[in-house]
Amino acid sequence: MLFTSYEFLAFIGILFLLYYVVPKKFQWILLLGASYLFYAMADWSYLVFILVTTVSAYFAACAMEKTYTDQKAYLLLHKSEMNKDERKAFKAVQKKKRWHCLLLILFLNLGILAVLKYTNFAIANLNGILTFTGSTRQLDYLNLLLPMGISFYTFQTLGYLIDVYRGKYPAERNLAKLALFVSFFPQLVQGPISRFDDLSVSLFEEHTLNWQNVSFGLERILWGYFKKLVIADRIVIGVNTIIHNPDQYRGTFVFVGMLFYAFELYCDFTGGIDITIGVAEVMGIRVTENFKRPFFSKCIKEYWNRWHITMGSWFTDYIFYPISVCGPMLKLGKWSRKHLGEQIGKRVSVYLSCIVVWFTTGIWHGASWNFIVWGLGNCVVILISQEFEPLYRLFYQKMEGKGIHLQGNFGWKVFQVTRTVLLMSCLRLFDCYRDVPLTFRMFGTMFTNWNWNNLSGASFLELGLNGWDYLVLILGLLLVFTVSMVQRSGSVRMKIADMPGIIRFGLWYGLFLIVLILGAYGVGFDASQFIYNQF
Amino acid sequence: MEDKKHVNINKKKAMRVLLATIFVLGTLFLLQRLFMPKYMTDIVEGAMIAEYYEEEKNHDVVFVGDCELYENMDPVYLWEHYGINSYIRGSAQQLIWQSYYLMEETLKYETPKAIVFNVLSMKYNEPQKEAFNRMTLDGMRWSASKINSIRASMMPDEKFLDYAFPILRYHSRWQELSTEDLEYFWTKDKVSHNGYYLRVDVKPAENVPEGKILADYQFGSTAYAYLDKMRDLCRSHGVQLILVKAPSLYPYWYDEWEEQMDQYAQTNDLPYYNFLDLTEEIGLDFTTDTYDAGLHLNLSGADKLSDYFGKILQQEFEIPDRRGESVLQTAWEPKIKAYEQDIERQKKGEEK
Repeated sequence: MLFTSYEFLAFIGILFLLYYVVPKKFQWILLLGASYLFYAMADWSYLVFILVTTVSAYFAACAMEKTYTDQKAYLLLHKSEMNKDERKAFKAVQKKKRWHCLLLILFLNLGILAVLKYTNFAIANLNGILTFTGSTRQLDYLNLLLPMGISFYTFQTLGYLIDVYRGKYPAERNLAKLALFVSFFPQLVQGPISRFDDLSVSLFEEHTLNWQNVSFGLERILWGYFKKLVIADRIVIGVNTIIHNPDQYRGTFVFVGMLFYAFELYCDFTGGIDITIGVAEVMGIRVTENFKRPFFSKCIKEYWNRWHITMGSWFTDYIFYPISVCGPMLKLGKWSRKHLGEQIGKRVSVYLSCIVVWFTTGIWHGASWNFIVWGLGNCVVILISQEFEPLYRLFYQKMEGKGIHLQGNFGWKVFQVTRTVLLMSCLRLFDCYRDVPLTFRMFGTMFTNWNWNNLSGASFLELGLNGWDYLVLILGLLLVFTVSMVQRSGSVRMKIADMPGIIRFGLWYGLFLIVLILGAYGVGFDASQFIYNQF
Repeated sequence: MEDKKHVNINKKKAMRVLLATIFVLGTLFLLQRLFMPKYMTDIVEGAMIAEYYEEEKNHDVVFVGDCELYENMDPVYLWEHYGINSYIRGSAQQLIWQSYYLMEETLKYETPKAIVFNVLSMKYNEPQKEAFNRMTLDGMRWSASKINSIRASMMPDEKFLDYAFPILRYHSRWQELSTEDLEYFWTKDKVSHNGYYLRVDVKPAENVPEGKILADYQFGSTAYAYLDKMRDLCRSHGVQLILVKAPSLYPYWYDEWEEQMDQYAQTNDLPYYNFLDLTEEIGLDFTTDTYDAGLHLNLSGADKLSDYFGKILQQEFEIPDRRGESVLQTAWEPKIKAYEQDIERQKKGEEK
C-alpha cells in the first residue's frame, strides 16, 4: 500500500477514527493490528520474516536481560563471599553469555537480510569472475522475496538488541509491544530508524484526542504530499528521461539531471518522512526527525548530520564505535603507531572504521556496486575534508590577515552550501545510472560535452516536462526553500498556529488544493514508489 | 451566565465549521465542474450519453452500441419518414457491458418496443482504453447501473474513486483549460440528434484493408455473458432485442465472427441483420456515403440505412408510426429544425 494510494488515505482515516474511539488501553493493540494488516496487504508472506525477526529479538533480549538480573541477584547474594576478581570473572562470564546470544541473533537476522537482498548480487559478481576467467559456466539467479522495509526493521531491531546487550535499557517483556515497535507501519516503509527508548514511550502510552496533535499531524502529512506529489513525482519525469537515455543526454544534461535528482530525492524522501511523522503525530506518537535542512549544510560532514539522521547515527553508534574500540582494531592502532609513526598510525584505525561504515552504508542502500562506490565516495570526501582541515584554518587565517572575514560572511556561506550541494549531487550520480563505469563516463561528459545551448528553454522541453510543469517546479521549490528558511527561526507549524483562524484555514485549504490539482498522480502519471521503499 | 457564554462560543464554533464545510464542498464542486472535459468541440462523442436524460422518454426503439450505431442510424430520418420515435444510446468504442448497463438504465426510464444492439463490441472481452471508458461512463447519472458499468469497465490502473470524484482524474487538465471550459461550465449545447452524430462530408472508401489474421476468432466468454444478460433483460421487460451489424467496412468483420453471431441469434431466437451483406439492397455507395473512407457513414449513407431499417422495423416488428401524436410532433419540431441547421452549417463548412 503506497503512501500515495487512496487505499492508504482510507486506511489512516479509519485508523485515526478507531484510535480515538477504542478504550485508551487498547490503542497500542489497535496499532499493532493495523501495522500487521498494512504489512500483510503488501504480501502475506512478508509476515513470516518480520515475525522471525520479532520473536528472535524478543527471546534474545529477554535472555540477555536475564543475565543482568541473574548477575545482580547472584552478586547481591554472594557479595560477602566473593572478592573483586571473582566478581569480575563472574561478570565476564555473564557478558560472554550475552555476547553469544547477541551474536546468534545478529547472524540470524543479518543472515536473512543478506540472503534475501544480496544473494543475487553475489551471484552476479561470481558470474562476472567466471566470465573474466574464461569459464562459460554461469550460475542461475534465485527468485527471492524481498520483504518491504526489511533493511529498516532489521536495523531498528538490531539497534534495540545491541542496546539491551549494553544494558542501556531493559528488554521489553511484552512480545506484542516489541512486535509493534518493530512493525509500526508509518516508519516500516522508509524509516526513520527509531531507537526503542525514543519511540516506545509515546508508542505504548495512552493518548487523548488533542487538537494540536491532530492539526499539526495533518499539516505535516499535507506538506509531505506536497513535496512528493507536486515536486518529486513531477521532476522524476525529467530525471528519468535523462538517466535512461545516456547516449542522448550527456554533458550539460547530466548536470541538469544531477540537480533534478537532488531535488527529487530530497522531496521524495523528506516528503515520505513528513507523512510518516505526521501520521504518528495525529495519534500523539513522536517519531524522531530524520532531516534538518540538509541542503543548507556547509560541508559534507554537516550534511550527513542533517540528512537521514537516524541512519547516520545508527551506523555511528552500532558500527563505527564498536569497530573503533574492538580488540583487533585497538591492536592495529597500536601496531601502526609503532611502525608507521604517530601521525599516520593514529589515522589507520579511524580510516579503516570509516571505510567499513561507509561500505556498509552503501551496500545497505542497495545490492549493487553503484551504492558501494557511492558509499566509499562519501568516505573519501569526508576523509579528505578532514585532512584538509589544517589547510582551511590556514586559509582563513591568511584571509583574516588581509582583512577579509570569510567566516560569517554571507557570500562565503552561499559558496560553501553550493559546493556541498554540488558535491553531494555528483556522488548521487551513482544512484542514477545503471552501473559504475557508465556513471563515471557520464560524469566525465560534464567536462567534455558541455554545451551552453543545452541550457536553453527548448532543450528543457525535450525532457518530458512542459513550461507549466517547470513553473510549478520552480514555485514549488521556492516554497520549500522559503519554509526551510522560516524553520531556522522555529517551528513553522507553531507560527501558523498563532495566526488568525481564517488565515490558518486559508493556508491549509490552499495547500490541499495545490496538492489536489497540481499533484502528479492518477491516470497520465505513473505515481512512483518512494525511492527509499526500495532500501 | 457562564453557561450561556459557553453555548454562544459553541454555536459560533459550529457555525464556523459549517461555513468552512460549505465553502470546501462548494469550491470542490465548482473546480470539478471546471476541470471535467466538456466535449463540445473536437471529440463531441463524450457528451452524447448525458444528453439522453434531457429527453422525453417514450421511445419505441432505442439503439444501443458504439459508433457503428450513432454514426450510421439517423433517428430524425426514422421519424420524418416512418414516424418511428427512436433514440441512440451510444458512445465511442462502447463496450458490450457498457451497452448492457445503459440498456438496464434505459429500461428503468422507459420500455421501448425494441432495442437494437450493434454486435461489433462482441470482439472485446476486456476493457480497452480509459479515455473511451470515460466518454461512456462520465455522462451516466449515478445509479446501480453506472456503478456496475464502472466496475466492469475499469482498466487495471483505474480506480473507482476517480469516477466517483472526477476531479481526481481530471485535475491535471489545469494546463489545458480553455474558454470552452468556462463557456460550457453550467450548460452544454446538444451535440447529437437523438444520439445521432451527423456528418455530411464525404471521403470515399478506397483500398479498404483486409482483416489481419487473428490467433483466435472465438468471441470471449465475458462478451457472451453480457449478450446473454441483454437477451434476458429484454425478455424480462417484454422488449424485442434486435441484433445488427452496421455496414462499416472497417474494423473488419470476420466470417468466423459472423458465423458465431448467426449461431447465437438462431439458438436464442433473436433477429440478426448484418447490413454488410445488404449494402446493395440498402443502396450504399461507399464512394459517396461515408465521411471517413468506410469506417462510418455520412448523412447520405445513414439515411439510406435508416430508410432500409425503418421498413424492417415497421414491417417485421410493428413499430408504430406516431407522426399523428401532437405531443410528439411538437417535441420533434425543434429537433428537426436543429438537425436542418446542422446540415446547412456543415454544408457551408462553418465551425459550430
